[in-house]
Amino acid sequence: MVVDLHPAQADLVFHALADATRRDILTVALAGEQSVSALARRYPISLPAVQKHVTVLERAGLVTKHRHGREQLVRVEIDTLDRARRLLDELEAVWRERVGRIDAILSTNEGAPK
Amino acid sequence: MTVTNVEKDVEKLTLTITADFAAPVDRVWQVWADPRELEQWWGPPTHPATFVEHSLAPEARSLYFMTSPAGQRFYGWWHILTVDTPTSLTYEDGFANSDGTVDESVLPAHRRVTLEAITTGTRMTVATRFASAEAMERMIAMQIVEGLVGAIGQIDSIVRP
Repeated sequence: MVVDLHPAQADLVFHALADATRRDILTVALAGEQSVSALARRYPISLPAVQKHVTVLERAGLVTKHRHGREQLVRVEIDTLDRARRLLDELEAVWRERVGRIDAILSTNEGAPK
Repeated sequence: MTVTNVEKDVEKLTLTITADFAAPVDRVWQVWADPRELEQWWGPPTHPATFVEHSLAPEARSLYFMTSPAGQRFYGWWHILTVDTPTSLTYEDGFANSDGTVDESVLPAHRRVTLEAITTGTRMTVATRFASAEAMERMIAMQIVEGLVGAIGQIDSIVRP
């Protein structure tokens, strides 16, 4: 399994996740689709500022926008979020393997340092 | 499993892994310092590592490559920053071209290794910090190589004697 996140997109994802407000928008929208105007009421920032945050999340592929009547609804794209997390999970797997191999070296060769 | 703790920070692009070994600090230091031991564990069994140059001294540069089953070589370098034998080491880990020169297109990762004596042996902490998500992705791609993570179960049984 190799993470099929294009490097340029990975940068967009991590950049998008680097901001506290955007992480909060994601968390809120994870619980269910939210309208941009409902999101804007949650934060002490302007509606255009919230729209800008949503656009950053959208460009990273973390959310999609849908029109519902006069409302813009924000939906979280779970797959993209998962892939970002899996990058670090894969690195963890690399190091768990290495620790296992170090352990094998240490247990087969008990000798003092050469 | 000897891994006792793993901390991942998605925003800071860091991974910190802590593992305990039933061996003295000097002995665990040797698996980092001795290139012949290092190459036994740095690369996965399918992509063994060969360290052409390696010594743990400040400003020293290591050069290594990993060989794929098809014979393709992936080169990397370490730039040693600080060494406090046998308890701590910091270095940069980056990509190299096949002629051994630094591949400037990807920023290196920064790694801190700490060894600490505990009653049962040695606690090793390895903290890796990536400069960008792209750098992290390329490093991961090189180190696990395609399809490898899916085969963790098999690798484990190959590694164990």
